[in-house]
Amino acid sequence: MTGTSLPADLTRATAAGLAQALAAGEVSAVEVAQAHLDRIAAVDGTRDADGVATGKAVHAFLHVCAESALADARAVDDARAAGQPLPALAGVPIAVKDVMATRGLPTTCGSRILQGWVPPYDATVVANIRAARMVVLGKTNMDEFAMGSSTEHSAYGPTRNPWDLDRIPGGSGGGSAASLAAFETPLATGTDTGGSIRQPASVTGTVGVKPTYGAVSRYGLVALASSLDQAGPCARTVLDTALLHQVMAGHDPMDSTSLTGEYPDVIAAARAGATGSLDGVTVGVVRELSGDGYQAGVLRRFEESLAVLTEAGAKVVEVSCPSFTVALAAYYLILPSEASSNLAKFDAMRYGLRVEPGGVAVPTAEQVMGATRAAGFGDEVKRRIILGTYALSSGYYDAYYGSAQKVRTLIQRDFAAAFGQADVLVSPTSPTTAFPLGDKLENPLAMYLQDVATIPANLAGVPGMSLPSGLAEEDGLPVGLQILAPAGADDRLYRVGGALEAILTARWGGSVLDRVPDLSAALATAANGATR
Amino acid sequence: MSAISREEVSHLAMLARIDLQPDELDRLAAQLDVILDAVATVTQVAGEDVPATSHPMPLTNVTRPDEPRPCLTQDEALSGAPAAEAGRFRVPRILEED
Repeated sequence: MTGTSLPADLTRATAAGLAQALAAGEVSAVEVAQAHLDRIAAVDGTRDADGVATGKAVHAFLHVCAESALADARAVDDARAAGQPLPALAGVPIAVKDVMATRGLPTTCGSRILQGWVPPYDATVVANIRAARMVVLGKTNMDEFAMGSSTEHSAYGPTRNPWDLDRIPGGSGGGSAASLAAFETPLATGTDTGGSIRQPASVTGTVGVKPTYGAVSRYGLVALASSLDQAGPCARTVLDTALLHQVMAGHDPMDSTSLTGEYPDVIAAARAGATGSLDGVTVGVVRELSGDGYQAGVLRRFEESLAVLTEAGAKVVEVSCPSFTVALAAYYLILPSEASSNLAKFDAMRYGLRVEPGGVAVPTAEQVMGATRAAGFGDEVKRRIILGTYALSSGYYDAYYGSAQKVRTLIQRDFAAAFGQADVLVSPTSPTTAFPLGDKLENPLAMYLQDVATIPANLAGVPGMSLPSGLAEEDGLPVGLQILAPAGADDRLYRVGGALEAILTARWGGSVLDRVPDLSAALATAANGATR
Repeated sequence: MSAISREEVSHLAMLARIDLQPDELDRLAAQLDVILDAVATVTQVAGEDVPATSHPMPLTNVTRPDEPRPCLTQDEALSGAPAAEAGRFRVPRILEED
């Protein structure tokens, strides 16, 4: 055999490795798809007739499309056998966050109100993935309408963290992150409105990138807050993330906020970073994004990352972004305001759930809306719609929404000043490691604090990455490092992230995910516990 | 003194067309009070001279060429409808009773 050496267990391979082996004919797309479908069957667990997770398992997927995955894989193998030219990632499996419309596959956004909805069209991101001939394995779990940091707000039950099945996988994209950490897929998509790609990556030991606002089309994504939403790639390595980033990004006339013009080569940047040299790069440490409120083990790994960046040749300086301290407050006015408007479309008229109220002979459309939205939305969604309705109501608009928009200006100015001093900024991605399921469910504000370090990037539209910086000493759980770059300079994330990853994996003698506990053992224990 | 009353939450729920149950009103009023208290800090930081930003990228009037393109068929457009009739969405009555 030549060149590429795939691991015996295909689910442990990188997307880059699989792509190379597939192109060389060392493995078939059907074999690769089947290996991942088998893994999903072994660790993801089951769901009841209503779609709700049953028993203790990863539950990363809301829907697995084994049949279409194998058919897509077979078509790639046939095309290759016929000598047709194929895109670089042809035959590589991918999981799609359930916020993205997929033609012919259910799309629920983690909500009851969309249960059973099968979109008649593909989101542009999904169309790009299909055009790249990648194999869609299924749709991943998420907090309802992407509102949450734990997947516990999914109407179909939480996803569990492969590092510890009693802990959260982050959110809203906990399903995508967990599917990667559980080796159910090498690649997954996410969306990030306040941290929904980066925080799940942080707490699962995976990599996730929120691109510059507008770099990836929002067409066909169920909108949460349109001025903040941005789709991006999730993977286990920096290079794999870049490979998917390239497939997802690009101008789309269907999205009026889609960027035009030059966009950097993120794959080349990831490869350049992997040489481990950061000579000439200035890294800014954001004073306001560490310290009080951050777990000790998280801070220790962060300090270590700074030392590694210095070793790699980077100059590390401290920068101050004073208005970041009110970013969370501004976000929780802007997001609910936009969300309350976006979610008005779920009116029980054209698609989705329709509930007839009891006690009325012939209900009006308005009564049907009220009953449907009461039955179809979960607690967190109701909370944010009411909050947004409040912030936008006359008498409060200027004080709340208006002030929040001014804070947004201040945050943009802080970023501009900081990027005048440094090429990239860094911080811990999340203030804590994965917390136990149920820990913050009754305290919405404590849950919101999970995104304190990730939110500023969304308010300013700048790109951000989270990648593993090791395990916290006190609990042995993954810690993430966040890298932020100026708008349009997404390549810098990959250059710096690639270098850090190269040095840390050399030091550890492998990836942080090599240390994820053996899931089959954990699942057997859970099964024994259930029968006892 | 609470920032938001149960009655206000009830009114907002009506505006948002969500039939909240009495226990939900109680719970939400208490939670929103805590959240509003926390987010009120935004009112204290930006002066009159700071302009508002509604969007991360400065964009105005983005249009695409007005050309016919393929679109959903009528059947596709109706495929998710809770009720359809004669190629149209069938909706509950929109007027009050006579």
